[in-house]
Amino acid sequence: MLQDKDRIFTNLYGDGDWGLKGAMARGDWDGTKDILAKGRDWIIKEIQDSGLRGRGGAGFPTGMKWSFMPKKSDGRPHYLVVNADESEPGTCKDREILRHDPHKLVEGCLIAGFAMGANAAYIYVRGEFYNEASHLELAVQQAYEAKLLGDDACGSGWKFDVYVHRGAGAYICGEETALIESLEGKKGQPRLKPPFPAGVGLYGCPTTVNNVESIAVAPTIIRRGAAWFAGIGRPKNSGTKLFCISGHVNKPCTVEEAMSIPLKELLEKHCGGVRGGWDNLLAVIPGGSSVPALPKSICDTVLMDFDALREVRSGLGTAAVIVMDKSTDIVKAIARLSRFYMHESCGQCTPCREGTGWLYRVMQRMVKGEADLAEIDMLEGVTRQIEGHTICALGDAAAWPVQGLIRHFRPEMEQRIREYKAAASSRAAAE
Amino acid sequence: MPKVTIDGQTIEVPAGITVLQACEIAGAEVPRFCYHERLSVAGNCRMCLVEMEKSPKPVASCAMPVAEGQVIKTDTPLVKKARNGVMEFLLINHPLDCPICDQGGECDLQDQAMAYGADHSRYKENKRAVPDKEIGPLVKTIMTRCIHCTRCVRFSTEVAGNEELGAVFRGEHMEIDTYVEKALSSELSGNIVDLCPVGALTSKPYAFTARPWELRKTESIDVFDALGANIRVDARGGEVLRVLPRLNDDVNEEWIGDKSRHAVDGLKRQRLDRPYLRKDGKLVPVSWDEALEAVGKRLAASAPGRVAAIAGDLVDAEAAAALKDLMGALGSPHLDCRQDGAKIDPSDRASWLFNSTVAGIEEADAILLIGANPRWESPVLNARIRKRYRAGGVKIAAIGPQIDLRYKYDYLGAGPTSLADLLAGKIAFFETLKAAKKPMLILGMGALARADGAAVLALARDLAAKTGMVREGWNGFNVLNVAAGRVGALELGFVPGPGGRDVAGILDGAAKGDIDTVFLLGADEIDTAKLGRAFVIYQGHHGDKGAHRADAILPGAAYTEKNATYVNLEGRAQHARLAVFPPGEAKEDWKILRALSAACGRKLPYDTLAQLRARMAQAAPVFAEIDAPHPAAAIAPAAPAVPVDPTAFVSPIANYYMTDPISRASATMAECTRVYGQGQAARTGTHG
Repeated sequence: MLQDKDRIFTNLYGDGDWGLKGAMARGDWDGTKDILAKGRDWIIKEIQDSGLRGRGGAGFPTGMKWSFMPKKSDGRPHYLVVNADESEPGTCKDREILRHDPHKLVEGCLIAGFAMGANAAYIYVRGEFYNEASHLELAVQQAYEAKLLGDDACGSGWKFDVYVHRGAGAYICGEETALIESLEGKKGQPRLKPPFPAGVGLYGCPTTVNNVESIAVAPTIIRRGAAWFAGIGRPKNSGTKLFCISGHVNKPCTVEEAMSIPLKELLEKHCGGVRGGWDNLLAVIPGGSSVPALPKSICDTVLMDFDALREVRSGLGTAAVIVMDKSTDIVKAIARLSRFYMHESCGQCTPCREGTGWLYRVMQRMVKGEADLAEIDMLEGVTRQIEGHTICALGDAAAWPVQGLIRHFRPEMEQRIREYKAAASSRAAAE
Repeated sequence: MPKVTIDGQTIEVPAGITVLQACEIAGAEVPRFCYHERLSVAGNCRMCLVEMEKSPKPVASCAMPVAEGQVIKTDTPLVKKARNGVMEFLLINHPLDCPICDQGGECDLQDQAMAYGADHSRYKENKRAVPDKEIGPLVKTIMTRCIHCTRCVRFSTEVAGNEELGAVFRGEHMEIDTYVEKALSSELSGNIVDLCPVGALTSKPYAFTARPWELRKTESIDVFDALGANIRVDARGGEVLRVLPRLNDDVNEEWIGDKSRHAVDGLKRQRLDRPYLRKDGKLVPVSWDEALEAVGKRLAASAPGRVAAIAGDLVDAEAAAALKDLMGALGSPHLDCRQDGAKIDPSDRASWLFNSTVAGIEEADAILLIGANPRWESPVLNARIRKRYRAGGVKIAAIGPQIDLRYKYDYLGAGPTSLADLLAGKIAFFETLKAAKKPMLILGMGALARADGAAVLALARDLAAKTGMVREGWNGFNVLNVAAGRVGALELGFVPGPGGRDVAGILDGAAKGDIDTVFLLGADEIDTAKLGRAFVIYQGHHGDKGAHRADAILPGAAYTEKNATYVNLEGRAQHARLAVFPPGEAKEDWKILRALSAACGRKLPYDTLAQLRARMAQAAPVFAEIDAPHPAAAIAPAAPAVPVDPTAFVSPIANYYMTDPISRASATMAECTRVYGQGQAARTGTHG
């Protein structure tokens, strides 16, 4: 279990002052000038050595991502874009950072932006986050007033501006290239890759898009050293992480914990355990709505990190743990997620536009059991037809929950179909 | 040049192309819906998926640039499965209405479903229905069929420049729409019908008319503007049903204007299908023998100086050559093909040609439009200027009508005064032209077809000389003709001979009684009231203005009904081919003139088309080589400055949809005029 001294987000619950004064008291903006003085390459090296992996869901090594930015500008400006369009169902970690610790993010923007040669950062905040966006705006304003941002940020001589932009509530705008399109004022539709944003991104300029948490942890990692961060959790899955636990636990919460903590420990230590006891557990979605659910048998032992969850054919995603006890209609729960993806598909490319609706409609029938047994395999086949064939990962995200359901709860689905058939034939007999 | 391996075959391909193009080079067919060579890459249909080594997922080949050492597989089970999957998704919400769909038989989705489709549907839910859109008189929409490839959106945005189509809503609710209902305000809108891979966008006038397999396809040349777009004429029986563009990168790429495409219904109306003679003030149908005898006698009896001929805008080169020879045989110098009185200099080929060639527009880095409205005078050529504009690095300016040309330009003024100012260096654009590597001017008929046209031409020549538009390997002096027959006639020298009268002179002579016989070869754009008491012979295909005034009518053939040569504005001779026979007793024009020459005792020395064409090739080199531009290498020196009339330049085209006898007879063009023309602008809320 993570010790208090190792926590990065010390105002996660908003007990203290979220403003500049409180942030400085907690150690933010401390010696930022000296950090910048160590140079771009040193900062990137520290982040690489820390083993920080992107906190937005895909888990791509953050330092490596920063290193993809051109070392020298070819005349085009570089941009840092922060993805605060936190919309993954179950996820509420960036929200806490934005409203209770915004200065961590603002300082992170400066350090990360400096490390990639950017003079400007755009923070794209989810449209529904009204209070969060206003806290962030105020934090940015405070930083400007304290000369921590601006023409001579922190007295380092580096010009740095931070712009806060509010989205309009589309899930797809959390996809990095759709976010860039949206930021440019266009319809939020993912772009084709290649070219990748590091080459051609916002306004055609080299751009790096990072998650709020990835950027917010960077200053602390650099201040405390890469070794400290790398020492927490398992190799390649190091550091601390915000977990958002929702659903059928006694005390749902967002908590900062060490990576690789066992799922069971996470739920029992911080959330007061599963409602009705561990044995009442049905399934857990460990990383936000887009990863496959895990049955209790796996939840008993699984560790909460990228690689461990990949081994059990799920994923850490955004570390949004959705807990479902035995009162849950798991088929209906997954059908609800299918509806979400149908609603949020941008409609640009064929498999996702057509496939998500198909999945939802079949899932709707599966909830009642109004289907053929053979249709379970067909449903599986349709998810495979979507997966990997789309421009962005939304297609995959729509496919995986259904795949997880079929993988672990097939008997439940079959039983419903049989019951429905039996009921139908007895109805027919009665008539 | 990167080396890539495609299906086991290693080939070297040009750098910068996509994997899909490389596959095509290697001969591996890749199915696609959204990809189109002339549009930006959308990569959204996902049909062109191929397997790429080191990539865990299949990649969209249309969007993947080639790279050294790529290993691509297009025929593996994984690829086949992926494409089958995409095809199934496309079909689940696509209506099964092929039997009543106009695209049936030439539908990409239908064709590719043969290769990648399943034999039955696994989709048991209800299909999606989408409300149709009303986007004008030319494009019919059945939006339920739409597969969201966005080709139409990209064409409108990129090529045509009317950013009116877009995709609204999200996910499976996505629709192609104009958002606020409106008719597409483009002269190129018909092309989105060709681009649509399914039957979502079909031709409204052609709806439910024919099936593609019933049609006889004839490759031909368009005559509705001077560009000479390459077209395919689709006919059934004796009826031309539709016109589609053909590929010619040097001329029209693969676009045609809406008039070229949709005015063909005018070929069935107002036709002259038998000879007529005016007897007792009334036109009476007569036989060919009687008509030829009467006209022949009249011509033979006329004194050489009292006969004149005017060639119209749609006249093919063969007819112009035959009429010129006939006039020569009659000894008359009074002939002209410049109906609008354009002050084209017959001694200088550069004064009627688009000397930089159409493809040359893409090389220009400074373009000056003088008295031209290319958007109406040649929409496809205008699209070429827009293509150049989108490529960047070009400055465009205009003197003349100030209208939305679909690209930004500096407006320098309305009339010749501004041109003179520019020439005097008083306008900064003069320096731009001077500094440009390949400067170009485009002189429209709005600048030449006026009383001071010669003076304007002189100013333009002077400007070209002073800004170095004509240099080694580049002639940026361009004249934008609007009549398809004009360049051919000019090349043949269908202009007044020594002491001859031009069009104004002929009309003046007829009014005064100095000319007593006027031969109108498809000439309808003149003031026929001025023909006075002259005996008027009209040879042509439509009962338009000229025929109304005529004393004798010789029914000719329209462009789809004869094997004829048209020379486009860059001096490119191209052959139009007979798609259907002329209606009734009408005949090919050169044959009428040949028969007439015998009737008036001055038999022309050719009996076959080949002989006539050989004679034309002798008369002008453009006819010796088909489908090659013959621009002039130099321009004539500027004449000393003459005072000009400060009146603004006005484009000769007031209504794009009705410019000639065929489009004036077309119901479709009448509808377009109603929707887009000035008639609509004058309407108010109280109109029904």
